[in-house]
Amino acid sequence: MNVSEQEKTEIKENIIMLTGNHAAAHAIRQARVGVVSAYPITPQSPVVEKIAEFISEGKLKARFVKVESEHSAMAVLCAASATGSRVATATSAHGLELMYEMLPWASGNRLPIVLNLATRSLGAPWSVWTDHQDFITIRDVGWIQFMCENNQEVYDTNLQAFKIAEDPRLFLPVVCGYDGYITSHTAQPVKLENQEKIDNFIPPLNHHINLSDISQVKGIDPVTTPHIVKRVEGTAPGYYEYRYALQRSLENSINIIKEVHDEFAKRFGRSYGNGVLKTIKTDDANIIIFAMGSVASQSRVAINKLRSEGLKIGLIILKLFRPFPAEELRQFFKDIENIIVFDKDIGYGYEGVLSYELKAALYGLKNRPNIKGFIVGLGGRDVKTEHIITGVHNALNEFKQGIFTNKTEFLGLRLDELSDYDESTYFKSG
Amino acid sequence: MVNVMDLPEEEFIYPGTRACAGCGMALIYRIALKALGAKTITTVPASCLTVLHGMQGFCSTKISVYHTPFATTGASASGILASLEDKGLADEITVLAFAGDGGTTDIGIQALSGAAERGTNFIYACYDNEAYMNTGVQRSGSTPLGVRTTTTPEGKKVRKKNMPKILEAHGIPYIATANAAYPLDLFEKFKRVKNIKGTKYFHILSPCPPGWGYEPKNTMIIGRLANETGFWPLYEVINGKFELSKPSKRYLESSKRKPIIDYLSAQKRFKSIDDTTTKIYEENIKNVWKEIKSRLENH
Repeated sequence: MNVSEQEKTEIKENIIMLTGNHAAAHAIRQARVGVVSAYPITPQSPVVEKIAEFISEGKLKARFVKVESEHSAMAVLCAASATGSRVATATSAHGLELMYEMLPWASGNRLPIVLNLATRSLGAPWSVWTDHQDFITIRDVGWIQFMCENNQEVYDTNLQAFKIAEDPRLFLPVVCGYDGYITSHTAQPVKLENQEKIDNFIPPLNHHINLSDISQVKGIDPVTTPHIVKRVEGTAPGYYEYRYALQRSLENSINIIKEVHDEFAKRFGRSYGNGVLKTIKTDDANIIIFAMGSVASQSRVAINKLRSEGLKIGLIILKLFRPFPAEELRQFFKDIENIIVFDKDIGYGYEGVLSYELKAALYGLKNRPNIKGFIVGLGGRDVKTEHIITGVHNALNEFKQGIFTNKTEFLGLRLDELSDYDESTYFKSG
Repeated sequence: MVNVMDLPEEEFIYPGTRACAGCGMALIYRIALKALGAKTITTVPASCLTVLHGMQGFCSTKISVYHTPFATTGASASGILASLEDKGLADEITVLAFAGDGGTTDIGIQALSGAAERGTNFIYACYDNEAYMNTGVQRSGSTPLGVRTTTTPEGKKVRKKNMPKILEAHGIPYIATANAAYPLDLFEKFKRVKNIKGTKYFHILSPCPPGWGYEPKNTMIIGRLANETGFWPLYEVINGKFELSKPSKRYLESSKRKPIIDYLSAQKRFKSIDDTTTKIYEENIKNVWKEIKSRLENH
């Protein structure tokens, strides 16, 4: 492709140092959002502070409803979206949990809301540091969930998120997750795209509800019974049919997500694997690490070191967590012998969520691979390359011995420094 | 004062809703919509109004309704309004939030307080039937002293919250009490707020035959007794100025008031009230009117 001198300068000028939070805020501005509603919470707050700044400087013509809680923030956005506006917000951890009631309301009502989640641990005990626990707790509410690795990806995924959410074939809410601090507060060069190009990529919202059009009377979300209702005015679906439609839509959204990603790549020249997952050095690999977000970034470093040891190891990074791309994963993993999963989250009482989701997805394979999951970095404990390397070594050792266990193993735990503590009495570990 | 001939003939609620016979709320909603007209969007939390508004796929009114989870009435109204502002339609369309006493004084108080503090330009109407009627008569923060509910089988031990005063503390431009049994007063008040910018709050007594324990045909009688005994004074606070509404004016004189026992004894919910509690009611009413007098004199 020939790039003119003028274009070269333009490109240079549009690359600026931005934190992940500010990258999200710029994407929200350039998507020409109509209503924002948010409540401050660390580490998300810089997103909405930046949006407030854009509005006060006249760079974004949006209404910012500065609510008294995250529960209200999502309630405002549900109503504003149903009234026909493009809407967005950002939150973290406890804020997301407080929103919880409204999340299935948004998806059940098919409202194209975009939420940025700077991930953070859940209390108790209080932690303002990062892990993926908040992100995974909303896996069953019917939202599309992306996890990003760097600031450019946060910006690009947001732009795609609006287009996916508002696709008339879907109308689904989308969450763009990225690691608190590691991504949210670290500045990286981010290329901001030309406004006209973005306007062409994201057309104006044509909402399927649009309460603001009062020429049509609408009763949005009344009580819906277990059965079909037939009346002289017409026939209405039951709750079961509405929820069937939501599930079908999510299943079918994977192709649309890939389509939007490909169109983005064509228009803007940046791509993220196939838009659903990213593969690193997988061509000759018989060992694969599976991870998302900052854990995946750390694994990029780890596989280079492990390769120098002679291991044929690659990395598959999950970008789309919901809908879970099981079909795609089966394709990529069908000839792989050994898989090691690193989770910065737990399905408490079971194991790391990525670990068990992957096991379920690969169950149908003819040659089932060995899979071992590890827990890393809860509450912001550093995830070091050496942890990933140790995990891979331990897993390969177990695979060799034919050991299979669901029991979680925490890497980077420092019980050795707590020798005064008796594990069973202090931690009440049964 | 308007008379009954001034009420618009047009009905905005279709006949045959699922509201109970003698429902005070249905009457309030009917009159409110007549006053506000067709260019209105209502937001409704879980409540008896959800029931009135009908089931899946259908809407029992001529205006659009947005159903929202219990705690979010004030927030959902803020969202609808923000979107209308975004679209330049906020001056054309009225946003009406219509919630019960549980949805207002208990679970929804935070979202309402937030919306009021932000000066959100909408009307919030709390129809107060003084308990969680839609879920089977459990006590709310608005249930009066001594009332038997399914969660206070021995009678409520504490008095009800004064929600209009809480809203007054927000410094909003308009607060009014109203009563389903005084539809003309109600109509006039809803008409008045249509052109007031900012948050407008109504606290409306809504007699409830099954929840209060009286015959559906007596809704107007019970509602009027609440005024005639001085239990539910009708007033407005417009930009901080207190005004007694016409139907309550004569009860400034205590001799004009009927004994509170007339109101209490007409409803089964008060049946476990003893003389001591009745005395507390008499004392409370005295104090309420003392305060009203002093507020009127201060203006």
